[in-house]
Amino acid sequence: MSGGNSDLLELATRVAGWAQDGEQVEAYVARGRETEVRVYEGEVESLSSAESAGIGIRVVSGSRQGFAYAGSLDADVVHETLDEARDNAGFASPDEWVGLAGPDGVAPADLDLWRDDLAAYPTDVKVARALELERAVRAGDSRIRAVESAEWGDAAVESAVASSTGIRASSRRTVCYLSASAVAGSAADTQTGSGYSVGRSPDDLDLDKAAGDAVRRATRLLGAVKPHSAHLSVVFEPEITATLLAVIGGTLDGEAVLKGRSLFADRVGEEVSVGAITLVDDPTDPEAYGAARFDAEGLATRRNVLIEAGVLREFLYNSYSARRAGTVSTASAVRAGFKSAPGTGARALTVVPGQHSPEEILALVGDGLFVQSVSGVHSGVNPVSGDFSVGAEGVLIRGGELAGPVREFTIASTIQRMLSGVVAVGSDLERLPSSAAGLTLAIADVSMSGE
Amino acid sequence: MIDESVIEGVLGAALRTGGDFAEVFAEDRRGSAARLDDGRVEDLASGRDRGAGIRVVVGETTGFAHTSDLSEPGLRAAAEAAAAAARRGGGGVRTVALSRVNAPPPNDVAVLPETVAKAEKVALLRRADEAARATGGAIRQVSAVYGDSRRRILVANSEGVLATDDQVKTRFAVSCVASGDAGLQTGRESVGATVGFELFDRVLVEELARSAASRAITKLSARPAPSGSLPVVIKQGSGGVLFHEACGHGLEADHIAKDVSVFRGKVGQMVASPLVTLVDDGTMGPEWGSLAIDDEGHPAGRNVLIENGVLTEYMWDWLRARQEGRLGTGNGRRESYQHLPMVRMTNTYVLAGTSDPDEIVRQTPHGVYVAQLGGGQVNTATGDFVFGMTEAYLIEDGHITEPLRDANLIGNGPDVLRNIDAVAADFAMGMPGTCGKQGQGVPVGDGQPTLRVSALTVGGTAR
Repeated sequence: MSGGNSDLLELATRVAGWAQDGEQVEAYVARGRETEVRVYEGEVESLSSAESAGIGIRVVSGSRQGFAYAGSLDADVVHETLDEARDNAGFASPDEWVGLAGPDGVAPADLDLWRDDLAAYPTDVKVARALELERAVRAGDSRIRAVESAEWGDAAVESAVASSTGIRASSRRTVCYLSASAVAGSAADTQTGSGYSVGRSPDDLDLDKAAGDAVRRATRLLGAVKPHSAHLSVVFEPEITATLLAVIGGTLDGEAVLKGRSLFADRVGEEVSVGAITLVDDPTDPEAYGAARFDAEGLATRRNVLIEAGVLREFLYNSYSARRAGTVSTASAVRAGFKSAPGTGARALTVVPGQHSPEEILALVGDGLFVQSVSGVHSGVNPVSGDFSVGAEGVLIRGGELAGPVREFTIASTIQRMLSGVVAVGSDLERLPSSAAGLTLAIADVSMSGE
Repeated sequence: MIDESVIEGVLGAALRTGGDFAEVFAEDRRGSAARLDDGRVEDLASGRDRGAGIRVVVGETTGFAHTSDLSEPGLRAAAEAAAAAARRGGGGVRTVALSRVNAPPPNDVAVLPETVAKAEKVALLRRADEAARATGGAIRQVSAVYGDSRRRILVANSEGVLATDDQVKTRFAVSCVASGDAGLQTGRESVGATVGFELFDRVLVEELARSAASRAITKLSARPAPSGSLPVVIKQGSGGVLFHEACGHGLEADHIAKDVSVFRGKVGQMVASPLVTLVDDGTMGPEWGSLAIDDEGHPAGRNVLIENGVLTEYMWDWLRARQEGRLGTGNGRRESYQHLPMVRMTNTYVLAGTSDPDEIVRQTPHGVYVAQLGGGQVNTATGDFVFGMTEAYLIEDGHITEPLRDANLIGNGPDVLRNIDAVAADFAMGMPGTCGKQGQGVPVGDGQPTLRVSALTVGGTAR
């Protein structure tokens, strides 16, 4: 299962073996290969292909942690990086809970996230698929005026982590995608929409869906006006729900809780949402985009139930925050590549699907706002205070049907109020290239700011 | 980093199958970062990353490959991969003669960060932590981050350009959490410049820390922001991001070429209030977005984009300038050697006007006063953009009164530019920013005088 990257595990194990007395050493080694094809107006605009590799080393010595990385696996560079991490450790504050993960006996899920057929997929065919996508978007509707971008992308990533505390883990995964951004309308009434399809193998990709979504999203907004301000119920498209879940996942980081930076601190066992909401982070689900056998510290991933029928059950921990909180790691260590030491985060959040189709949810809401895109999540959502304010585009709902398109407005509430205000959970679970899956979700009493 | 003779050979290899243009971009980046959180210096991280990206252009097609192997065989392999990616037949041997581009550095670096003891960097964090906590008992958490980077680049292309730059940047940020009856609130302050450790000769980390802490404490009594359209006064140096989003991205030539900018075809036309003159300036001394050369080897420039309300110029990189048969403006940038360059801003700012900033507030009967803005986002095709306010107050009867909770503001670029009805004689640059575009982040600066937009939609929840 972890076949092709035994050299990475060997290297990581060798580095871990260089730990001196009284010292813990962890090496994370990663190697990636990627291709990206962009086409524009029937021509290849750019074709990039690249391989990269690097190592990140953590040293814990005398209750202090140091980290260093290098974008190279050359022997001399690896030695220098270890020396640098060692030296860096000397400047950290002693912290009794600092330490590497150790084996905890949990067996990794039987996941195979690698597809050989992607590696064998010819570049010419990738180009042809991107061109086909562009044509499909153009042909999708006479009101499509331009295709801003049509893209094929793929990546194959292998990684290994080993530590002097006994961790040995390696994994590899492939991913590929098709994505397009469409421009509809005239100069006086321009609207945009994007669509994509993501999979592990070229066979997983649905080109028609990617094209269709881009066309539908762009054309649906034609003639959109700025709405009058109102307080109303909103219905989120699956992608918007996934964005909200990713924000909520961040507030459930055990380290943020320990450090007084989470609005959910001290609320385990309390009702934080309605009974229809059960929120799970499950990287062992083979269908999840963020599926993984191991976390960034090499512990086997597991299914964590964060909110159960509206009641807050637990937080996400890596080995540091778990030790400090007096609990065990939930195997939620994550890294942004080899250049960073492990933090904590969700990989595969999902709300357990409800009973209603999207159409039933519109009917249930009656009058409100259907939201198809949001912007400014990084600038308008404060995960510490819970304030939530984002730019949005969508369609007003009247009498249970989609009515007039609207744009240039914000929707605002707080994370706490939105969780309590859920009125319907969709049955339409959709896997998205994100740390969260989406489904249609209706939330009452949100502020819409417009004219 | 690489010998000239090797570069010439690699460019030759890149053009062997008949490319129109080839480029080698080599980069050697070192950086260190130290983070204090929860009263502890959590870790000191340092790293090095180097490699080269090779671009071959044939007709309208760009082939690109990158490698972390800077040896001659490594570079030749990448050159061949890029040429194969551009995939055209033809042939013939072309030789390239390089001539060095000399561009003055935007400023001199006095103290290279790598020469400063790690203990000295860590000491800054402790000073900031103490100062923030001393600001008030409501401060429950403090985190502080120090970071430096040194990025040495070499760019050479088949047009004979050979240029190098040595870009040193240093930054420091403090974030605080305050706790009160109404829950938690946050305050942040940061500083960054294209300088070395001498940054801390002019910046007192204690002051940054106190400012971040005060912001969090002030917001404890904040009420929900209004919901709807209001006049908004933006304090000098707090909201250059407004222009970055309202029109900066829309003035990038790639968006213009692809007909996804509301500013397409508008050069020579009035696109803003006559009070607005907007400049993008990569030569601006030690500012965060400054550079000697861009990532295509062209000297940075000072480009006036809007003059007294009239659109005068877009920003250009090599590729888009070539398509239009004109010169670039020094705005071709990339995140690293692993990325293709594209049109990017540097330091983007609005020049000072003539009004008295206090008078602007006095003449605003009811509105919002923004003292600090966070990030933003724009859809260049529609012109709709958002930006977040992280310190704001209500204006009532011409006076700044109660603090407001965080919210986004939303507007449409061309409308907002026309609705700027007062620009003050003050001016300040804002906090260092990282601009994201198509997955690439680059350091950018922004700045502006105190100004008023007669109507902007404030995305709060107040009824």
